Amino acid sequence: MNYKENRPKIIEFKNPEHIDDFPVGTTVPSGQLVKKNSGWRTFKPVINKDVCVNCLNCYIFCPDGVIYKSENKVDVDYDFCKGCGVCANECRVNAITMVKEGEE
Amino acid sequence: MKKFVSGDEAVAMGVRLARPHVISAYPITPQTIVVERLSEMVEDKSLKAEFLHVESEHSAMAAAMGVSSVGARAFTATSSQGLLYMSEVMHYVSGARFPIVMMNANRSIAVPWSIYGDQRDSLSQLDSGWIQVYVEDAQEALDMIIQAYKIAENKDVLTPMMVNLDGFVLTHTYELINLPNQEKVDEFLPPIDSIVKMDINDPKSLCFSTSPEHNMEFKYKQHVAMLNAKKVIEEVDKEYGDMFGRYYDGLIEEYKTTDAEVLLLTVGSITGTARVVIDKLRKNGQKVGLIKLRYLRPFPEEELQKISSKAKVLGVLEKDVSFGYEGTVFTNVSSALSKLENQPQIYNFLGGMGGRDISKEDIEDIILKLIDAHNGKKIDRVQFVNLKARV
Ligand code: SF4
Ligand code: SF4
Repeated sequence: MNYKENRPKIIEFKNPEHIDDFPVGTTVPSGQLVKKNSGWRTFKPVINKDVCVNCLNCYIFCPDGVIYKSENKVDVDYDFCKGCGVCANECRVNAITMVKEGEE
Repeated sequence: MKKFVSGDEAVAMGVRLARPHVISAYPITPQTIVVERLSEMVEDKSLKAEFLHVESEHSAMAAAMGVSSVGARAFTATSSQGLLYMSEVMHYVSGARFPIVMMNANRSIAVPWSIYGDQRDSLSQLDSGWIQVYVEDAQEALDMIIQAYKIAENKDVLTPMMVNLDGFVLTHTYELINLPNQEKVDEFLPPIDSIVKMDINDPKSLCFSTSPEHNMEFKYKQHVAMLNAKKVIEEVDKEYGDMFGRYYDGLIEEYKTTDAEVLLLTVGSITGTARVVIDKLRKNGQKVGLIKLRYLRPFPEEELQKISSKAKVLGVLEKDVSFGYEGTVFTNVSSALSKLENQPQIYNFLGGMGGRDISKEDIEDIILKLIDAHNGKKIDRVQFVNLKARV
């Protein structure tokens, strides 16, 4: 099975309009897609696929779990990457560069 | 059944009657007897619960949160620095809307280090999102533990609740109490059925983050739930009274206030002493009355306004100070009364810090000062009671 088919089904996020649409406390059915939260990022990691040796070190160390395996080595889910730079620091072959947002 | 017990023991008996699934606790004076008795009850199997002896108050509250997050009934107890140590987790609990019940033995905050009573610990946590009730005696302590679960677990409330007892004066004093019958308590307090819980058949995410786009709505809902608690508190008090014969007048109790021109407002066990003084002054023909403020959150604003609107002078006696301003209870009271068209003159008396006794004579002195103010004499708006040094 392909990794994409293996993922849990995501419940679509419906933007709440009435106060009753909000859950009681912070308890909602799991699998709900939350809104992207990468708005505060100033630097983003850019992976050089030619240098990357697919060791998955960055995948293990990313504190937000936003690096994922793809056909083309690894990729970053930029909707949730906070730009901390941990991945760039951990990559032993320096395949990851932190680039200022808007300057790539 | 009648029992001769300390305030702490009354709390433990109330907890047993409420049938919690888990008690997580760390002992701290003067709360210790509560958790000692509960551990004995678990050991002798008169209480079917898990007892977790955790390594700190922070862990006690975190464990209680875990218990509540699977939909079980949790109890913990603390005091003073222990309450402050829990403070971080208390906000998680109230934000997540876990209906945990906690007993707090009111005790002074360091330094100077002190194990004796005042109310600076719990009053410093007024904004933690917990319902706060202050009791006058051991019987009320027991009754309020049972009521607390019913209030906290109400679907319109789902907010944790703290039952406050004055350290030593109440926690360690022996009194005769009426022990309610377990079957009747079971009838009054059904098993918990929380909607804010993990469920293997209906998986949920708990305690998530929100962006600024949604965060405030959660806080708004939390605020409304606390306001809803006012009505629920009144209803639960009425139902409890009907079943067990003891009513506590809901959020606020009045004593001889109907024709009173001068009122004294108290919180907690000091009320008992103040009643005696009011009786004495009444015999002398003085039109004085007493307000026992039972709940600090939710704050009984309308009720307080109604009781005070006919009085000319009101004094607040409290066992705390918000350094650089005035007493915390007074701030809340004067905010409520400032919304009245004809508000009484209000005065603040700060005393009893670090276990300093407040005697009948002190209270009589305070009320005589309030009568002086009523007669036009100028007195200080905020003053300390019974300072032993010249200032
Ligand atoms: S920058 Fe931080 S959050 Fe973004 S992918 Fe790298 S490790 Fe993960
Ligand atoms: S750590 Fe570097 S080499 Fe390893 S997978 Fe990540 S980007 Fe590629």
